[in-house]
Amino acid sequence: MRVGVVTFPGSLDDHDARLAVAACGHEDVPLWHADDDLAGVDAVIVPGGFSYGDYLRCGAVAHRAPMMQAVRRFADGGGPVLGICNGFQVLCEAGMLPGALLRNAGLRFVCRDVVCVVEAATPWTAGYQVGEEIVIPAKHGEGRYHASDDVLDELEGTGRVVLRYAPGHNPNGSARDIAGVANAAGNVVGVMPHPEHAVDEALIGGVDGRGFFTDLRAGVAVG
Amino acid sequence: MPRVAIDVLLKREILDPQGRAVEEALPGLGFEGVRDVRIGKHLELEVDAEGDELAERLEEVCDGFLTNPVIESYTWRVIGEDERADA
Repeated sequence: MRVGVVTFPGSLDDHDARLAVAACGHEDVPLWHADDDLAGVDAVIVPGGFSYGDYLRCGAVAHRAPMMQAVRRFADGGGPVLGICNGFQVLCEAGMLPGALLRNAGLRFVCRDVVCVVEAATPWTAGYQVGEEIVIPAKHGEGRYHASDDVLDELEGTGRVVLRYAPGHNPNGSARDIAGVANAAGNVVGVMPHPEHAVDEALIGGVDGRGFFTDLRAGVAVG
Repeated sequence: MPRVAIDVLLKREILDPQGRAVEEALPGLGFEGVRDVRIGKHLELEVDAEGDELAERLEEVCDGFLTNPVIESYTWRVIGEDERADA
């Protein structure tokens, strides 16, 4: 597949995302925030970093970029979109995913490996068994997932919690240990920890992130 | 052009760890009898509109960009030159 990776001013993990999709057998395609053409890609990753400096709120400016309007149209048509870290924040600000990401409950920037459980089958988690435990890095200051109780109940009741911190591994005070969620259709997924940083055994000693990219394909229903 | 002050806070039910940290620091710094601290943002701006149009334009910019209604609530008021917080 051809996988587009959006670069905003202030993106940091766009290159790692491109390396990860290439390492998992796809063609990586750079997408520039000021363009509004997806270059015919089959999937889009909105990567981590501090888009536009994250002034005002994380992702508040980025979600209005011309490229994000194209990504929204792509997602509305069922195209697979993955937001990682800042990308998750951008998708929440855009209203493409429910909830929001707040300042970590402990106020500290977190940078460590976290144990997570994959809880839903989506186009982005087809490389995992539902219930599989994975270890991938988290690095963020504002990763505390928040949504109203009604929304949280709906997410849990409809199998839209894609990734959950294993008991005792919630690094930021996220509601119900949620580390990643999907939209109602299941094609848009946001995760706070970084699968793209865990694809190379020699580099960081873990490859648990590869499952986000290896079996990537369109049209896998959520559930 | 009217000058508007906007105050933004996290909704009451949402944990504000910054506010809590400040609250917990206060007694140790000798400030007794101060509690329930919430920390947010104060914005001031000028809007080229009056009356109903001003309210409409403000709510548009606040709901659409300056605040996130999922997590934040806000109040706004028109202020005079002597009410600026940066006076």
